[in-house]
Amino acid sequence: MEEFSLYVLDIVMNSVRAGAENIDVSLDDRGGLLTFKVTDDGCGMTEEQLERLSDPFFTTRKTRGVGLGVPFLKMLAEQTGGDVKVSSVAASESPESHGTTLVATFHSNHIDFIPMGDIKGTFVTLIQGNPDVNFTFVHETDGGEVRLSCAELKSVLGDGIPLSSPEVLAWIRGYLAEAYEEIK
Amino acid sequence: MKSIEELMAIKEKMQNKVSLRNSAGDDVRVVVGMATCGIAAGARPVLNAFVEGVSEAGLSDRVMVTQTGCIGICQYEPVVEIYEKDKEKVTYVKMNAEKAKEVIERHLKGGEPISEYTIGAATK
Repeated sequence: MEEFSLYVLDIVMNSVRAGAENIDVSLDDRGGLLTFKVTDDGCGMTEEQLERLSDPFFTTRKTRGVGLGVPFLKMLAEQTGGDVKVSSVAASESPESHGTTLVATFHSNHIDFIPMGDIKGTFVTLIQGNPDVNFTFVHETDGGEVRLSCAELKSVLGDGIPLSSPEVLAWIRGYLAEAYEEIK
Repeated sequence: MKSIEELMAIKEKMQNKVSLRNSAGDDVRVVVGMATCGIAAGARPVLNAFVEGVSEAGLSDRVMVTQTGCIGICQYEPVVEIYEKDKEKVTYVKMNAEKAKEVIERHLKGGEPISEYTIGAATK
């Protein structure tokens, strides 16, 4: 994958598939160090699953026998001198409070790092496909911060108008375009 | 700056439409594979081309664009499946944003699937 924003999309999809209702995504990209963090309240992973997370031949899916999402991210992090850490509490072991936190670090000035790419496109794609999930996106750069909270948007729109409706998506797209323009 | 007032105006406008949409139902479903295989092959611009194109073409009332995980034919990603009431499923493979626009025009609007983009043509 040639854009970092695609890694973000791919990794956050794991939280979606874990059945999370709340997913916080943060990108702290200041002073040459990029920290990408995802926190969700999904079904989590057992210790055994967690151990095998960076094994490409381990996956829980049924349609194919390989899982490359986390291995790809780990490879990119490590080739820039960073790393990936994942902690998780499985719903099977803690029904009250469960979920996963992933923290990946990258040296964004490293020659082997890749361009950020269309991060707005990633946020919009996540909302479009999962309008019921409460995403919070925070992107901090040397130029300022972009922030979007789906829970806040929902409280304005009320019930019955999904975030995935074309009119709302157009507003979100416009909002993000302007917010990123300001911190350029 | 895009304002909350604008969002509230959208809400007002849509509340009238919602009841209409519910009774019409979604006749056509466009499903884009968005697992690692799809994303790496370029599914995000394909999905966004469908989301924006369907809305621009005024088809939002009868066409729903959704995402799914791995369909199991990774070598053909980006894969797009089109489900239409009382018709056979059409599977488009190796899609891109340009082809997506054509599919909106010829298939979703015109009613004629583009056979050369389907999996049947790709596996020949």
